[in-house]
Amino acid sequence: MIIVVALVSTPALLAIPFVPDHDEQVLERLPAAANPVNHELRALRNRLNANPGQLDIAVKLAKRYIELGKAEADPRFYGYAQGVLKPWWDIPEPSSEVLLLRALILQNRHDFDSALHDLATLLHQEPTNAQAWLTQAVILQVRARYDDAQRSCIPLMELEAPLAASTCLASIGSLTGHAAKSYDFLREALKETQVTSTDQRIWSLTVLAEIASRIGRYEEADQFFSEALKFRRQDIYLLNAYADFLLDQKRPEEVIAMLSEKTRIDSLLLRVALAKQQLGDDDLPNIVTQLKARFAASRLRGENLHQGDEARFTLSLLKQPQQALQLAQANWVSQREPKDARILLEAAIAAHNPAAAQSVIELLNTTGLESMQLRQLAAQLEKQNTGLDGN
Amino acid sequence: MLLRALLGFILYGCCLAVFAHKASDSYLTLKVSAGKVSGQWDIALRDLDFAISLDTNGDNAITWKELHNKHEAITSYAFTHLHISSGESPCQIKPTQYLVDNHTDGAYSVLLFDVDCPRLSTEIGINYMLFFDLDPQHRGLLRVEYGGATHTAVLSPTQNNQKIVLAQVKSGTVFLQYLHEGIWHIWTGYDHILFLLSLLLPAVLYRQAARWKPAIRFRPVLIEVIKIVTAFTIAHSITLSLATLGVISLPSRWVESAIAASVILAALNNLYPLINRNIWLVAFGFGLIHGLGFANVLKDLGLPQNMLLLTLLAFNLGVELGQLAIVTGFLPFAFWLRKTQCYRKVVFTLGSVLIAMLAFIWLLERSLNLTLID
Repeated sequence: MIIVVALVSTPALLAIPFVPDHDEQVLERLPAAANPVNHELRALRNRLNANPGQLDIAVKLAKRYIELGKAEADPRFYGYAQGVLKPWWDIPEPSSEVLLLRALILQNRHDFDSALHDLATLLHQEPTNAQAWLTQAVILQVRARYDDAQRSCIPLMELEAPLAASTCLASIGSLTGHAAKSYDFLREALKETQVTSTDQRIWSLTVLAEIASRIGRYEEADQFFSEALKFRRQDIYLLNAYADFLLDQKRPEEVIAMLSEKTRIDSLLLRVALAKQQLGDDDLPNIVTQLKARFAASRLRGENLHQGDEARFTLSLLKQPQQALQLAQANWVSQREPKDARILLEAAIAAHNPAAAQSVIELLNTTGLESMQLRQLAAQLEKQNTGLDGN
Repeated sequence: MLLRALLGFILYGCCLAVFAHKASDSYLTLKVSAGKVSGQWDIALRDLDFAISLDTNGDNAITWKELHNKHEAITSYAFTHLHISSGESPCQIKPTQYLVDNHTDGAYSVLLFDVDCPRLSTEIGINYMLFFDLDPQHRGLLRVEYGGATHTAVLSPTQNNQKIVLAQVKSGTVFLQYLHEGIWHIWTGYDHILFLLSLLLPAVLYRQAARWKPAIRFRPVLIEVIKIVTAFTIAHSITLSLATLGVISLPSRWVESAIAASVILAALNNLYPLINRNIWLVAFGFGLIHGLGFANVLKDLGLPQNMLLLTLLAFNLGVELGQLAIVTGFLPFAFWLRKTQCYRKVVFTLGSVLIAMLAFIWLLERSLNLTLID
């Protein structure tokens, strides 16, 4: 007989379970779109349940979930999409629709290699698939494979998506030594485009704002961000980017005003914490505890999708440069956007380990990436490096 | 046509995954102790709502009433997607309680349950299928606790079976754990500390003509303290052992109330001395009751039957070590201050009054099951 004891305390994540005080106590608020009462989703689900294995219904439903997942920045919806596509997920040659959706779901899980593989297969079958070219360009850009990314933007020009093509090209151009030219080009392209979707406009405005902010045209950056936000469309990437801009501009009050209702989203809570740190707010330790718990909860399921943000949290709020550097380095292996470069440089400087960020310096040198911030950090790092060599 | 449909669906470029919150998880904990298996399963309300619709009135808010009304449905849904077995034969799962908890990503329904295994062997098998059909990114975070060891696993659609071998625990580890628990208990169990202090406070004084006088030499004081501490130790070791081995058993409410009463009496005896000789007898008598209190703590910790004596010894030694630390901290301090007004008026008299008052509150709380102070 095995008799054993539980001495190990429950992890701090688990609070003490309770019985709610009264019947009408609200325990959970669902995202409006998640409610199965939502007519369209329910109708599609019912139709799929009645006709299991019906590909066109499944594709439609999976698309709706992916759109929701993006809008709400909620991985659960991507999971539901994957669930709907289950019968086709592992078959040897899925249809092009399934390939595209699978690539989007894999991309969301940061399985970039598998996503690129699916997109390549799909584009081989169907070279006119604009969404596939675009998604491929985005992933390649994140991987800092700028030449390949550019090649993936070009077909968009032919595919009735001129503004998407311009945005795609300008975004990459701005990272490869042509910031001013790309900026003017995209501004013109946006001005000339009369009819386009709101999502497209927000994307173009966000790219413009980010280029402007990198080359130090802060007022214009602010204008583009504000214009993009005027559409009142939930876009978490935009909120993150604008919050980062405001933090750099030392305008923490605006960050808090913009995000205080949206702190269920972890990356936004991180920005709120950084803003409160600038303000010296008493509430900061409480938010840091919450963030710690959220990172720990992600790690429990064996995932580390957000090492970039975690590195920033560890460096700026926990003040642990060594650990932050490890996270930033691990993040740099899979993602190489300017923000990833920045946290790696900052962590390397704080940890007095300039060698750890050499691949960022190399990238800056080979691409000619224009960013005042990154250049400043790189110079600081080089100084530390020569300082150390001198010793 | 297809192109237009796709363009309508374009997810624009900047939109790489941002750090939102984690995907769906459930937390499944099994505790194996004293030949029994019990469990706790935390499942997100959002996930349950997606699977079996909790939000009955469709207002996007889940109330306790809505959840409560669905407990039967939740139980049958959850436990058709979880199978536990031991020694190749399936175990029966019996829900015992329904609670709620808040995790980092929202509210969870907490199911407490007992697991009845016809043949509990050294191996527990878990087959987990919750939500995998609806959300293949769902993960079951399994935690099995036994013998001071914890086994964790992440259950996924491709790895949904786990066999957990309940390995023999190293006796050294167990010894240290129980030693630590013993020390910890005496340090955090204020009632024991205060009882002991109440007996020790007068040890540096002696009574003459109805007045307290400071003791002259250290040696008799030390002998007196050793007598008190030893008597207390022997007494509580006796009852701790007897209760742990199941020879005697008293309701914990009775024991805890009696412990509070013993503290009151010990403190009052300093103020209105009835007994000022052979204090060690008092220590012995009440020590018997305190031992029963220690036994209840030990019972709550759970006892590995194959290492019963070892754990008993370790826990008891821990208690003694904690006690010794208190005495060695107290005695030099008291002896040094014994001649001062401060010791007799503040430490001794006021201290005894405060201890008696606090213990009186404990007595009320414990005997009447109230909460008066935190």
